[in-house]
Amino acid sequence: MGRQALLLLIGAQMALSACTQVPWNDPYPAADAEKNILYDSFSERPKHLDPVRAYSANEYVFIAQIYEPPLQYHFLIRPYQLVPLTATTMPRPVYLDSTGRHLPDGAPLDEIAYTLYRITIQPGIAYQPHPAFAKSDDGAFLYHHLTASDLKGVHTLVDFQHTGTRELVADDYVYQIKRIAHPELHSPIAGLMSKYIVGLSELSETLRHAYDKLARDPEQSVYLDLSDYPLEGVKAIDRYTYEVKIEGTYPQFTYWLAMPFFAPMPWEADKFYTQPGMAARNITLDWYPVGTGPYMLGENNPNRRMVLVMNPSFRGELYPAQGEPGDEAQGVLVDAGKPMPFIDRAVYSLEKETIPYWNKFLQGYYDTSGISSDNFDQAIQFNTHGEAQLTEAMVENGIQLQTAVTTSSFYMGFNMRDDVVGGDSERARKLRQAISIAVDYEELISIFSNGRGIAAQGPIPPGIFGYREGEAGINAYVYDWVNGKPRRKSIGEARRLLAEAGYPGGRDSKTGKPLILYFDSLDRGPDTKAYLDWLRKQFNKLNIQLVIRSTDYNRFQEKMLDGTAQIFQWGWNADYPDPENFLFLLYGPNAKVGKGGENASNYEIPEFDRLFEKMKDMDNGPERQAIIDEMVDIARRDAPWLWGFHPVAFSLYQSWYSNAKPNLMANNVLKYKRVDPVLRAKLREAWNQLVIWPVVLLIVVLVASVIPAFVTFRRKEKAAAL
Amino acid sequence: MIAYIIRRAAYAIPILIGINIVTFVLFFVVNSPDDMARMHLGVKRVTPEAIENWQHERGYDKPLLWNGEAPGAKRFIDTIFFKKSARLFVFDFGRSDSGRDIGYDISQRMWPSLAIAIPSLFIGLLVNITFALLIAFFRTTYVDVSGVVLCVVLMSISGLFYIIGGQYLVGKLLNLVPISGYDSGLNAIKFVVLPVIIGVIGGIGAGTRWYRTLFLEEIGKDYVRTARAKGLSERGVLYKHVLRNGLIPILTGVVAILPLLFMGSLIVESFFAVPGLGSYTIDAINSQDFAIVRAMVFLGSVLYIIGLLLTDISYTLVDPRVRLS
Amino acid sequence: MYVLLWTDALIYLLVLVVIGFALYARRWEHLRAPWREVVQSRLGTGAAVVLFAYITIGLLDSVHFHPRLKGEDAQAAEPYSTEVISLFDVIVAPLREHVEKTYSAPFATHLYARETIELPDGREVREYPRLQYGGAHLQDPASDRIPDILHTSAIALVEALGVWLFCVVLVVGSLARLAGKTMQDRVRAIVSRRTVVPWDVILVTSGMLIACTFLVAHLGVKYHMLGTDKVGEDVFYQALKSIRTGLVIGTLTTLVMLPFAILLGIMAGYFRGWVDDAVQYVYTTLNSIPGVLLIAAAILMMQVYMANHEDSFTSLESRADIRLLFLCIILGITSWTGLCRLLRGEALKLRDIDYIQAAHSFGVGHFSIITRHILPNVMHIVLITVVLDFSALVLAEAVLSYINIGVDPTMESWGNMINSARLELARDPIVWWSLTAAFIFMFGLVLSANLFSDAVRDAFDPRLRMART
Repeated sequence: MGRQALLLLIGAQMALSACTQVPWNDPYPAADAEKNILYDSFSERPKHLDPVRAYSANEYVFIAQIYEPPLQYHFLIRPYQLVPLTATTMPRPVYLDSTGRHLPDGAPLDEIAYTLYRITIQPGIAYQPHPAFAKSDDGAFLYHHLTASDLKGVHTLVDFQHTGTRELVADDYVYQIKRIAHPELHSPIAGLMSKYIVGLSELSETLRHAYDKLARDPEQSVYLDLSDYPLEGVKAIDRYTYEVKIEGTYPQFTYWLAMPFFAPMPWEADKFYTQPGMAARNITLDWYPVGTGPYMLGENNPNRRMVLVMNPSFRGELYPAQGEPGDEAQGVLVDAGKPMPFIDRAVYSLEKETIPYWNKFLQGYYDTSGISSDNFDQAIQFNTHGEAQLTEAMVENGIQLQTAVTTSSFYMGFNMRDDVVGGDSERARKLRQAISIAVDYEELISIFSNGRGIAAQGPIPPGIFGYREGEAGINAYVYDWVNGKPRRKSIGEARRLLAEAGYPGGRDSKTGKPLILYFDSLDRGPDTKAYLDWLRKQFNKLNIQLVIRSTDYNRFQEKMLDGTAQIFQWGWNADYPDPENFLFLLYGPNAKVGKGGENASNYEIPEFDRLFEKMKDMDNGPERQAIIDEMVDIARRDAPWLWGFHPVAFSLYQSWYSNAKPNLMANNVLKYKRVDPVLRAKLREAWNQLVIWPVVLLIVVLVASVIPAFVTFRRKEKAAAL
Repeated sequence: MIAYIIRRAAYAIPILIGINIVTFVLFFVVNSPDDMARMHLGVKRVTPEAIENWQHERGYDKPLLWNGEAPGAKRFIDTIFFKKSARLFVFDFGRSDSGRDIGYDISQRMWPSLAIAIPSLFIGLLVNITFALLIAFFRTTYVDVSGVVLCVVLMSISGLFYIIGGQYLVGKLLNLVPISGYDSGLNAIKFVVLPVIIGVIGGIGAGTRWYRTLFLEEIGKDYVRTARAKGLSERGVLYKHVLRNGLIPILTGVVAILPLLFMGSLIVESFFAVPGLGSYTIDAINSQDFAIVRAMVFLGSVLYIIGLLLTDISYTLVDPRVRLS
Repeated sequence: MYVLLWTDALIYLLVLVVIGFALYARRWEHLRAPWREVVQSRLGTGAAVVLFAYITIGLLDSVHFHPRLKGEDAQAAEPYSTEVISLFDVIVAPLREHVEKTYSAPFATHLYARETIELPDGREVREYPRLQYGGAHLQDPASDRIPDILHTSAIALVEALGVWLFCVVLVVGSLARLAGKTMQDRVRAIVSRRTVVPWDVILVTSGMLIACTFLVAHLGVKYHMLGTDKVGEDVFYQALKSIRTGLVIGTLTTLVMLPFAILLGIMAGYFRGWVDDAVQYVYTTLNSIPGVLLIAAAILMMQVYMANHEDSFTSLESRADIRLLFLCIILGITSWTGLCRLLRGEALKLRDIDYIQAAHSFGVGHFSIITRHILPNVMHIVLITVVLDFSALVLAEAVLSYINIGVDPTMESWGNMINSARLELARDPIVWWSLTAAFIFMFGLVLSANLFSDAVRDAFDPRLRMART
């Protein structure tokens, strides 16, 4: 027995000395240790990778690297600025009157009937290698007429041997815009775009009829050749130019041109993927994108990992030559003018739990990380000026920190259709204002996000036109300006408002009954318990009892749609950097109830709506600012939301990771990034020294405890044998 | 024998139909096709038309169980139940509501589950039997008492503590294995070690205690006394008689759970980010993907019934006194 | 103003049943004998004392009411607060009301995280602020804290010793009187373990419990003995409140399932034929559906119900309570099959026994045969299953909370505590006390329940009884 233990010990030591290079706890294959690979994670499997369907950040992480819309955001310059991506220049809007006559710039709005955008793309851009383009020697497509026997043994795209490529043409962009109207695809922006793109709703109708006529199995998609169905407002002029005609004016349209909805789609891909038997094998456009971007999807296993691989036919875009002042010092201009991308491969592993994710980041197995509230103290400390800094442990490991105020809002809404908290009455307004004062968002930010956020003064976050700094920008219904800082009004002020609203001491002055309010929340499990407790404490300050009605996702959505919720938590993340994208959340015709819009509080004030319609088509300038100020003031007085807060994103980067300037608008940022794999391998080894002695100790203790038992056993046996 | 198996298998059919209906009803009571559509279409900018389209396309716009408007047999056939659930009987799982082929996903995710479940089972069995024999050997001494108390102590610790503690200690403090994740082929070993160890340790308490009672029962029997009286050594008695006869209930118990190993462990898999069938089920429940839930329930039930059948058969094999009837 | 929650009502019912059973068992020697054996087991008795403490807390926590308002509000039309609290909350009011801002360590005097504090001169510094309650009475926490803790504990222990001695005298005195011996003789008998009931174990265990109670009474008021959680609630209080949740899950689940299991199990075994087929069909079907799915579906269903009947569930407590009840019912449904199968097998055997056959031929009705002859003969199986299931159910609660289908997130429970503590483990410096508190309290309950159920099983299982004699 003792001898065996010794052998075990030796074995353990040999195993220890055998591996010197790659640490034991390295979750990646040893062969990849020094390769030019970026390691990141995803927490939820993306639902759609089809650019016409995808609409959430976790999907854009992948497809924005693959699909290239005509425009993009400049990587370095702030405020955010659109620049051409595949387009040669920025498209200029051309205004037409109802007869189709060109109008000069600055023509009065009511004369403009249409706006025309003409986009010219660069020649010579090629698609990634893909079987949909594969042709035989005689020029016929290899994989466009697959039979059941051809598909035997095919499970992924890799199982097709041949691939091909072709040049990007304007028709591909037109094809994709038509796909927005495709009945099978349920593009989330189909409703919105039908209002603007001329002829899109008609096309949608035509396609629906054509689609319904095709006899089909619901499990199988069908190929509708969209080139047979013209779209009035969108036409290819020549090989590299196309134009889009918009009803009236819609200045925000150029922002949409930077989103994957307007990326090119080759008809070959559509034809290829809609063949019978493909969907049953998960080989669909929704799983295997085809793009012109710097990367292509190499491995698609949403159960474990997604791998992006450099696109060999990528044209080689150049790193921006200019940035903002200060970028030079930050070191993000070192690569200026060099051809991108820099990284060969990006591996995204599925990581659902934050703890393993954070620990792996500290061990060097992820290149970047956010900071959850629970890891905060470990990573960040504040200096005497109250500025966030990395802790010494982080600095020692060479980890860098970047912060940015996000262009998003987390707010708490009142349902304006509710009898108690809603409506345009003075009573309800004062109640809302009282609650706005009582719920202390500064405390929320400090407890739950370690101060990573700024309490919102209105619907518009910083960094978006219309936001006002300083005293002019405070919400005077909730804050006072004291010592050069906004200070939340006292709870006494809130109690006074509450009494004026008819609830002195939290009781209805007429009936004497206590005021009970309901907070409808998503049931996210025990993790939110602390938050809900805190919220109840806030309402308790006014003696209002807050009842939490937590429910599942569907029930919650239903309540919001029926307008039966009372108080709820909601958020909005900017689609594009324009105030219209925030103020439309309070626009009456956009109400949730009955209209299914994004105005979750169902706020509907004619004056606000009138101003909104005026503001949305204006160019940024003092005139627009004045209208926005007026709108924001109306909203602040009515307080349909507790304006909540705008989170500040803190991201950590390992020392081997460069060009890490945060850009909240651009999604196609992978191409700018660079890693130093040699440094990474060295540091990983240094950070992951084995601690073997407890295991050895455990074995020794086990053996030691077995020996006496063994001795007794032998003795007993001998005694029995005698 | 074969006739018996066939008859038992035939009994399974009404049970499977029952399960199918129960899951179907349970799921649709809480989860209307409207809900499913909203779940899949996302949060931003969803119109009522889009929801209607989605349902039409996935075949969720039909009546649930009975189509009163259709003629003849179509009344039953042209329903969501028939279209979606009846095909399970031929193991055609169809596509999940997010559009993936479920059969393929199951065949892929089965292996990680097995890679954890099988070693946990066999190593656990080995460890538990060893401890139980040891305790049985030292019965009525302090080893026995303290062993049993230790077992009760181990049993009284929630499984979550084993997982959290193990991950923290081995993965974070000692840097011995990756904290979580999975890889295919031989690379999987380093990911599997920790879940297996935790699985084994978590099972020691209950397992050892149970096996100990089995062995003690066996030791108290007449034939063991006779064997000892014949002069057989204590070790011989333990190995030859007690272990052999005690193993019968242990092994038949194992046979019953063998098929269920495919289903994986819900908790361990989600903690260690193992892409197995356990986490598949949990994800499906969370994302309300009815097609996957239905498939997993069906699969689980079939495996459970197979387990019952195997237990019956193994009883007759090890103990000729039991007749199948 | 008194409030009757659903689970409260069921707990009272359960208490009545237990009392009724105890009164009934007193009358019959064959029922008393095994219980006497349980009481004689040293481990079993010790465990029973601990369990008794848990149950006392649980019962105190099951009397709910709206507290009367104080001050000017007391003149209102309905002078009651809107919140629902329990008798136990009143007893431990200081623990409940001493809420800090966020994390603090056990016995700490400062918060666990630095905060920006504005000094009077307008400068801002980052430092650890003093706690509002924990150790607030100390002038100089750095030097006074440990002496103060020791001093307070010493006082508490002395008081506890006094109370304990009083109890000892009381017990020994009444024992002596009952046995007609002197007190000295009884003390000697107890110390040398010659008494039938292991009084030494009972006295020592309750002595420790009394000591704990006094420590809590003295220290818990001045400090947070197990720290505070993210929103500053006392962790010790949470752990105590979780006791009721654990007990309710462990006991009510069985209460819910018992009638079904007993009735169907016995009927299947007794009548055989199609009844047997039907019952077997039901339980095989239910058994083969993975339990988690069934529970998830039931919880979702309940949420739909609550969403449709908002008016009936106006307070937080009633919502959490109905969810707890639902969880018990659904756990009962998933766990009754095992007992049902055991009872069926037993009933199959029993119905062929002579005296039941004889009763049959005398024309005794099925109903009276089942209630008079079969039911009493399977009660030991029922009892063993109930005590064995208890600890498993307490453990299951924690796991279910992890998958988000356990008790209401606003309800204190060990599962919820463990679940939120998972994230705290990743903090640095690590926040370990929530997890530790949940672990200690849960472990105490489950361990004593396991030890007690072992004793019960040893005493009641005829097979084990035969083996021993």
